[in-house]
Amino acid sequence: MSARVTIEDVERVAELANVELTPEEMPGMLRDLNAILDCVAELNELDTEGVAPLAQVSELSGVAAALRPDRAGSPLDRAAVMSQAPETDGVFFKVPKVIER
Amino acid sequence: MPSDTEPANTFVETPGTLDALRGQIASGRIRAVDLAAGYYDRIEKLNPRLNVYLSLTRERAFAQAERIDAMAARGDALPPLAGIPVGIKDVLVTKGAPSTAASKMLRDYRPPYDCTAVARLEAAGAVVLGKLNCDEFAMGSSNENSAYGPVRNPVDPERVPGGSSGGSAAAVAANMAVAALGTDTGGSIRQPASFCGVVGVLPTWGRVSRYGLIAFASSLDRIGPFASNVRDAAALLGVIAGHDPCDATSSTAPVEDYAAESDKPAAGLRIGVPAEYFGDGLDPEVGAAIEKGIEHLKAAGCAVRPVSLPNTRYAVPAYYLIATAEASANLARFDGVRYGYRSPRSATLADLYRHSRDEGFGAEVKRRILLGTYALSAGYYDAYYRKAQQVRRLLAEEFLRAFAEVDAIVTPTSPVPAFRIGEKAGDPLAMYLADIYTVTASLAGICGVNVPCGRTPAGLPVGMQVLASHFGESTAFRVARAVEAAQQ
Repeated sequence: MSARVTIEDVERVAELANVELTPEEMPGMLRDLNAILDCVAELNELDTEGVAPLAQVSELSGVAAALRPDRAGSPLDRAAVMSQAPETDGVFFKVPKVIER
Repeated sequence: MPSDTEPANTFVETPGTLDALRGQIASGRIRAVDLAAGYYDRIEKLNPRLNVYLSLTRERAFAQAERIDAMAARGDALPPLAGIPVGIKDVLVTKGAPSTAASKMLRDYRPPYDCTAVARLEAAGAVVLGKLNCDEFAMGSSNENSAYGPVRNPVDPERVPGGSSGGSAAAVAANMAVAALGTDTGGSIRQPASFCGVVGVLPTWGRVSRYGLIAFASSLDRIGPFASNVRDAAALLGVIAGHDPCDATSSTAPVEDYAAESDKPAAGLRIGVPAEYFGDGLDPEVGAAIEKGIEHLKAAGCAVRPVSLPNTRYAVPAYYLIATAEASANLARFDGVRYGYRSPRSATLADLYRHSRDEGFGAEVKRRILLGTYALSAGYYDAYYRKAQQVRRLLAEEFLRAFAEVDAIVTPTSPVPAFRIGEKAGDPLAMYLADIYTVTASLAGICGVNVPCGRTPAGLPVGMQVLASHFGESTAFRVARAVEAAQQ
């Protein structure tokens, strides 16, 4: 898994993440990503055959979280929420056209 | 070394204890509003140099303080944190007040709700002074990644306070708050606490509700308190801990009286010392201070023995895969649509997303989003993210095996003391590698405390990390009290 990430890889990932990188930012990001990925390559030294991934540590402590009853309640105050919208008609969030006619 | 123009520790001041301050308010010796006003005066004096606070919540603070004074005047029983001035890390939302996550992305955001941990502090009478600077979206180990400038270490303002909760640690160290809330994902409470010489608590994952925490990595994020002494930190944890219906991952484990538990002597407790935390890379001066602390524990009647945590070295790569993967998902919500920064120069929706995120996020945040996206992308998911989660289980099981033999494990919190501002900023990997002693506990979900444990010969604080098993905070506090007692 010793990765040599290329500019094309970074551009593809940037597109997936909707993060724009300027040409000036690209070489530094490429260098940093490669350095970090070289570091994570060390994980291959560990034999993890048959080891179940651990995504939720609460699995280990034996103390469950409790789900609340499935009952409708009042959501956040709409006016307060919409007051934070960059652009709104009061009901919807407004964004630039998605489909060009 | 401290700069030529400022003697060391010019800004360092120890806050009063919770009991002392609350007692003075209850007896009428001081008024909560005067206490708050005094803190705002000190903040006005020190903040231009230290950059600890990003915003102040004066109205809210004085309204609370007046309520407390009225209760005291009537002779009502005062709640446990009555009148205590606290600072809140800016990744925790405070209704109607700025909550920027130290990012341009949320510069003008005013949340429509309060973080549960903050609400619980206020219900206990605490006076919220303002929002504390931190690394952007809690990503960093030096508080140099804030969009609003670095925080400076009160012990030496040319040095970093640590991160990401640098503002929280510095606020307590400089007595710009009696206590503070911070967050810890990979060490972000413990490490700044050690750099600034204060107490910082890493609660067990799930101990404190994450409702109202602007998420970085959901399986790792914890909210926790900073204080000037262990007993107060324990008391603060008791106030914010406990199940919350608004956080389905918050635990129903009973909340102990942590402060009272911490009063119990540490004699008879079994302490594990892992050789893996005392090898290459550990600054010898830090090591010496920790060894002294371990001697104090022996003198206090603890049984100290070696334990083995052989997979420690794989924790940093595993952490940086899991944390960045989760961050890439959590930060996808910042798209310029519903809240936060929207780029003005976008003609299409796709441009809106990209430009808003490009202009709103700093370099470290972008780096981690890209790394996380890469680790999760098709063709790489098994090799990176899934592999890291498997390594995570091995690390966690290793801790559980150790805790079958010992009650607590002690280590240095950081391999080095506070470094100079700018020293590591150009080398992200070097910055990540310095997290080696803290990310292990983060991945395993266990709890811990940073307790001040001496200083280097140059006067820089050294912190000891006391780790305990899941929901074993009381044990960690008992051991930390013993280390603290030996420092007087």
